Amino acid sequence: MTRVLPAAQFLLTLAVTFLGLLAITFVIGRVVPIDPVVAVVGDRASIETYNATKEAMGLDDPLVVQFARYVGQVAQGELGTSVSTGRPVAEDLARVFPATFEMATLGIIIGVALGVPMGVFAAARQGRMADQIIRVIGLAGYAIPAFWLGLIGLVIFYAHLRWVGGPGRIDFFLDGMVPTHTGLLLVDSLIDGNLEAFRSALSHIILPATILGFFALAYIARMTRSFMLEQLGQEFITTARVKGVPERLILWRHAFRPIRVQLITVIGLSYAGLLEGSVMIETVFSWPGIGNYLTTALLNADMNAVLGATLVIGAVFVGINKGSDALYRLLDPRARA
Amino acid sequence: MSLLSVENLRVTFPTDHGPADVVRGLSFTLGRERLGIVGESGSGKSMTGRAIMGLVPAPGKVTADQLMFNGKDLRGLSEDERRDLRGTAMSMVLQDPKFSLNPVIRIGEQIEEAMAVHGTLGRRERRERALEALTAVRIKDPERVARLFPHEVSGGMGQRVMIAMMVVLEPALMIADEPTSALDVSVRGQVLDILADLVSRRGMGLILISHDLNMVARWCDRILVMYRGEIVEEIASGALMDAQHPYTRGLVASLPTIDETRDRLPVLDRGKL
Ligand SMILES: Nc1ncnc2c1ncn2[C@@H]1O[C@H](COP(=O)(O)OP(=O)(O)OP(=O)(O)O)[C@@H](O)[C@H]1O
Ligand SMILES: [Mg+2]
Repeated sequence: MTRVLPAAQFLLTLAVTFLGLLAITFVIGRVVPIDPVVAVVGDRASIETYNATKEAMGLDDPLVVQFARYVGQVAQGELGTSVSTGRPVAEDLARVFPATFEMATLGIIIGVALGVPMGVFAAARQGRMADQIIRVIGLAGYAIPAFWLGLIGLVIFYAHLRWVGGPGRIDFFLDGMVPTHTGLLLVDSLIDGNLEAFRSALSHIILPATILGFFALAYIARMTRSFMLEQLGQEFITTARVKGVPERLILWRHAFRPIRVQLITVIGLSYAGLLEGSVMIETVFSWPGIGNYLTTALLNADMNAVLGATLVIGAVFVGINKGSDALYRLLDPRARA
Repeated sequence: MSLLSVENLRVTFPTDHGPADVVRGLSFTLGRERLGIVGESGSGKSMTGRAIMGLVPAPGKVTADQLMFNGKDLRGLSEDERRDLRGTAMSMVLQDPKFSLNPVIRIGEQIEEAMAVHGTLGRRERRERALEALTAVRIKDPERVARLFPHEVSGGMGQRVMIAMMVVLEPALMIADEPTSALDVSVRGQVLDILADLVSRRGMGLILISHDLNMVARWCDRILVMYRGEIVEEIASGALMDAQHPYTRGLVASLPTIDETRDRLPVLDRGKL
């Protein structure tokens, strides 16, 4: 019984947040100086044709009615047609989003797998050599621009060392050879049993994902370190030492356990940041993801595509935020009470 | 042979103006008895307890001419050997259960942990002993309490949990650093009764640290009075009226008694010390 009410509340705030998001994209669609009617009839049409089309498109209706219609369309997955690709925006997004998702997910896995232990380690040796090195790495994550790191990475690991594949998701001769199941090349190639394609996809994704992972790592390690230091100063750490608990367990059980929930929020934010912030990396690596799609759409004043991509990015952001929020409540005994 | 014998114990911290002794040449012995340490804030009571436990924080240094515990010279032990003693042979009850229990670990698991890290008992046995320890601190439904998180119990209950956790391996020495000062006045006596009772029934030595001379006199056999890192007086609880040192006399004079009426309690005159 006590579980039902918060769940209902949660779904309600989720719905309201999405409605807010839709309102924002709707308003953006109205205020940009691109006339949707002209986009359809062309700039040489007579004023009669223009007005008739405008009415047919429902643009004379009150804004509330237009908004309700817009919400209805989005709910059915109708995002209009893209002027630059000539295909439905929803279809385009279904193709480009998995590419971004795959790269960002690999990035966040790398960021968490390295960043969390680094933060814990830095806190355990506060002020010493290892801590300083980790702090410099953290700073670098702020100071170095993503595109620069991407270019340097390509020059060294692709052009010189030939350790990784170049731009794109897969070697061109394998392009289109893997049937789409999930849209994630690493997964689809495995489903298909095509190891050559898997290896090629991996060699292409590893560099951009590692670079994204580096930015996630810098942030995650820094936050982990400061959360850990806060816990290590608590009285219950002394209690654990009084009981004779070894330092390794003091770190991972007594100090780390209480911060897991805070870390979920940090990781969620950083993951959302990778998903929406991969524009630079996608450009440098010609990665056919949502960042690239959005850039192209913006340059072509392709309004439907811009709004659709914005909506997806916003929805992902909201989804991850709310998801980590829910996990927080589920995992923290203090928040559950 | 005494349980603990300390001679010329010093705890030193580096400061901007050179090293500062916060404990300055303490000497005392402890048998299987209840010893009180009183003194004002900053007089070095907690540091003395931590020095015995081997838990003086980082830049602090501990030296002593003698630091014998149960026939072992603590000074010569490695960090791991000291850790082996903690929880099993000596333990310490801290001040405020609100902060001294891990907020995200169930109470039962925290009590079992002391046994788990010293690794002699099986899982089921650990569980049984944890429940026994909770019963020993007069918790009526130990099974329910063991499943709770610390924020779900009251301060008095939390401190009883803390005591259960620290006595579960039956250490020979128990240090209690202001174990009741964070608690509601109404439960202080009860918690101290439980602690004192366990200590005497299991034949442990107790060091009870407090600001409160009254409390220490009531629950301890002998009292050390500390002032600025030194013991200024050692006195039997019954003989407080015979105190020699002006600081102790000041403290005794400040004690309110039930059948007197005074407008103001006298204030310690530091100029005379
Ligand atoms: N980490 C530290 N660095 C330097 N000095 C310290 C440190 N910790 C404690 N001290 C000093 O040591 C002295 C003794 O502290 P201690 O905690 O033992 O006092 P106490 O008698 O327990 O006081 P209280 O009644 O307030 O608990 C204090 O003057 C304190 O300032
Ligand atoms: Mg103290």
